[in-house]
Amino acid sequence: MVWTDRLTACDKYRAKAYRVEPVPNTGPGTQTEAQYFAYIAYALDLFEEGSIANLTASIIGNVFGFKPLKALRLEDMRIPVAYLKTFQGPATGIVVERERLDKFGRPLLGATTKPKLGLSGRNYGRVVYEALKGGLDFVKDDENINSQPFMHWRDRFLFVMEAVNRAAAESGEVKGHYLNVTAATMEDMYERAEFAKSLGSNIIMIDLVIGYTAIQSMAKWARRNDMILHLHRAGHGTYTRQKSHGISFRVISKWMRMAGVDHIHAGTVVGKLEGDPSVIAGIYDTLREMHTPRDLQHGLYFDQDWASLRRVMPVASGGIHAGQMHQLIHYLGEDVVLQFGGGTIGHPQGIQAGATANRVALEAMIQARNEGVDIWHEGPEVLAKAARWCSPLRAALDTWKDVTFDYTSTDTVDYVPTPTAA
Amino acid sequence: MRITQGTFSFLPDLTDEQIRAQVEYILQQGWAPSIEFTDDPHPRNTYWELWGLPMFDLKDAAGVLMEVRACRAQYPDHYIKVNAFDSTHGFETLRLSFIVNRPANENGFRLIRQEIDGRALRYTLQSYASDRPSGSRY
Repeated sequence: MVWTDRLTACDKYRAKAYRVEPVPNTGPGTQTEAQYFAYIAYALDLFEEGSIANLTASIIGNVFGFKPLKALRLEDMRIPVAYLKTFQGPATGIVVERERLDKFGRPLLGATTKPKLGLSGRNYGRVVYEALKGGLDFVKDDENINSQPFMHWRDRFLFVMEAVNRAAAESGEVKGHYLNVTAATMEDMYERAEFAKSLGSNIIMIDLVIGYTAIQSMAKWARRNDMILHLHRAGHGTYTRQKSHGISFRVISKWMRMAGVDHIHAGTVVGKLEGDPSVIAGIYDTLREMHTPRDLQHGLYFDQDWASLRRVMPVASGGIHAGQMHQLIHYLGEDVVLQFGGGTIGHPQGIQAGATANRVALEAMIQARNEGVDIWHEGPEVLAKAARWCSPLRAALDTWKDVTFDYTSTDTVDYVPTPTAA
Repeated sequence: MRITQGTFSFLPDLTDEQIRAQVEYILQQGWAPSIEFTDDPHPRNTYWELWGLPMFDLKDAAGVLMEVRACRAQYPDHYIKVNAFDSTHGFETLRLSFIVNRPANENGFRLIRQEIDGRALRYTLQSYASDRPSGSRY
């Protein structure tokens, strides 16, 4: 307390912990030291309208470093509608993205160009062309593809757009490539984004490491320039993965929907990256639903009304392949981009065949699901049936049949369903 | 070439029985099926001709199939698709859209490259079919 506090209505501005609850399975009788959920309320006056930077400076500013706190994790936030309405939200959103692409009723398909390092612009464009012509909707720059000695950004943009347009002519479909405009300064990013636009690209990409303010600036640029904005969550694992300290990715997802990105990598459940099914469900709901009710088993601690803020398209990427198509659709639904990098480019018959295998697997699975087939159980038969007439799919299923990433997740939900007596 | 717009273009052309199954799914979801046709399959041609209005009150997939057949009979060499409109708040858009008829010979697109500043190109996609007037393209 300082005397100048007495010049203010200081009680109003103080955070108010209104509920404290023990975390299940911690404390006496367990292997873990006692932990607590603290529910804290903040006054609306604390926050500048439309500013993720201001919001986060208040919420995760000094508090995470306080000496008396051994560990602290931001699990969820309820954002009042009044505050949500001060944010632009996704530049494009799922509905308008699909209307622009003219693609409905199935997940979109993508892949990240591999290898990510060392390809010249010309060689890089070859990968993009093959993958798009084979049947993908999008190809993607990787997070650290910016402007390096082996490929400067303008070279990449020029060759990639040749690939995108050629593939569109060969298929009659809208195709795209996420041109990564991540750079050292906002001026550089705007320059790259403008160049992407001048070449007719329908989508650009940024990395989470550019920072919240830069993300909001690019979201506003994207809204003004009819551009879809893809966000790669580079760096998030440094603070989202541990259960006891940091920020849940649910909260990052919430902030990014407010900040205004259209795509965000959000986990696969079955792939190589962190992703417990219940945690992923909570993240996907946060990105895609208009209202998310409190659901502790999915890590959602509050009812959240999204005030018609547009929906973000989640992206599932990392160690997934065509043989998992039924599981992917089961866990992730239809409004998602499925990205098979190695599963496309590593196909024994080439990149086009890899892309075709994924597209056929996807369409066959959606068709079967719509016809009432129980794809969770009969998915493998659906794929085997399509593989009878589609040799690229047959080769893909043979190549990756035994690839799974069966590890225990480090980030899991604290509340698990209690079995009820039948 | 084969135009691969629509939800199921990488599968063999759907049989009428398969089309009926998809329409049944559309009706179960509470979406309104509709039929559109065109002889200008440019990927940015958003507005295909309407074969009547969306069938908001239809309950029976057979009715949609009847309309698909009638449209095919009149335009055997056009692209025809079945759409599903969802009027739910937050969607209010198409939820499914698949081709149910295509010309015997799909002649594809010309890619026009206009050389502009420096190394940059301005790309234009043009359907070979649209060289001819509407109605005599396929």
